[in-house]
Amino acid sequence: MSESNDAETEKPKAIVVGHGEFSAGLVSAVGQICGLADKLVVLSNTGMAPGDIEAAIRFQLVRTGARVIFTDLPGGSGTIAARRIAKENPDLVLVTGVNLATLLDFVFNSAGTPEEAARAAAERGKASLIVIERG
Amino acid sequence: MAILLYRIDDRLIHGQVVVGWGQPHDIRFLVLVDDLVASSDWEKELYRMAIPPEMEIHFADVETAIREHARYASDPRPGILITGDVTSMLRLVRGVKAIGSVNLGGIHHRAGREEKLRYVFLTPDEAEQLRALEASGVEVTAQDVPSARARPLAEVLDGVSK
Repeated sequence: MSESNDAETEKPKAIVVGHGEFSAGLVSAVGQICGLADKLVVLSNTGMAPGDIEAAIRFQLVRTGARVIFTDLPGGSGTIAARRIAKENPDLVLVTGVNLATLLDFVFNSAGTPEEAARAAAERGKASLIVIERG
Repeated sequence: MAILLYRIDDRLIHGQVVVGWGQPHDIRFLVLVDDLVASSDWEKELYRMAIPPEMEIHFADVETAIREHARYASDPRPGILITGDVTSMLRLVRGVKAIGSVNLGGIHHRAGREEKLRYVFLTPDEAEQLRALEASGVEVTAQDVPSARARPLAEVLDGVSK
């Protein structure tokens, strides 16, 4: 992860869970574009049993105090695990289908609650998915 | 038979099932055979929300799945049946007596299991159940995604190819 320019290192605000190197790639891209990769925690579900994915997410939530989880695929095992955790923690926010535009919006949003930031980021992510035809 | 794959996968429904197998085979229905999930409305809703709108899902405990198997198998659409563990699949195969092959899709590490493949870990008892399954005439192979090679059970149990 790249270094923050802030004198005080801020705790991560969200956990990004995905298949393979998806999360690492996205967070690396956030770092390359704006240097704020340290606001995100990378978690891959590769090779993990369902209970282990859940435990890894829980561990990172406790360690960082993050209240937002981004996952890659609605039907993925990371999303299933996150939904189990969210069931017991109503203040957690889960956003699935994350893309780079979503994360860039989220890391820059310093106003409002985590839920508001996640909602705004999801809208930005949806709007960034565009079919460009005939150049 | 409309059920293209009988899969043992402890993650039940996830990316490899819904997308990895689902898209190339145009899978239109899933049968999730799990006693715990079948008894919980919340669990059923959790997995129902994990599948794309073009897929249908049936939930059943093992006994119900044995009774309803002929109905699932007569569905003209392509489908996948999933159990979360070896024992449930063995019970199903013995109860139905019409299942010709079983796919090991994901049985992950836990205490007492030994690594056979990067996605298949087995206790000695589970290995024995799989041997019994094959001895009864059922082909057992390990294959996490369609593009991977289907590894015969003997090769899996040898644990030589990780």
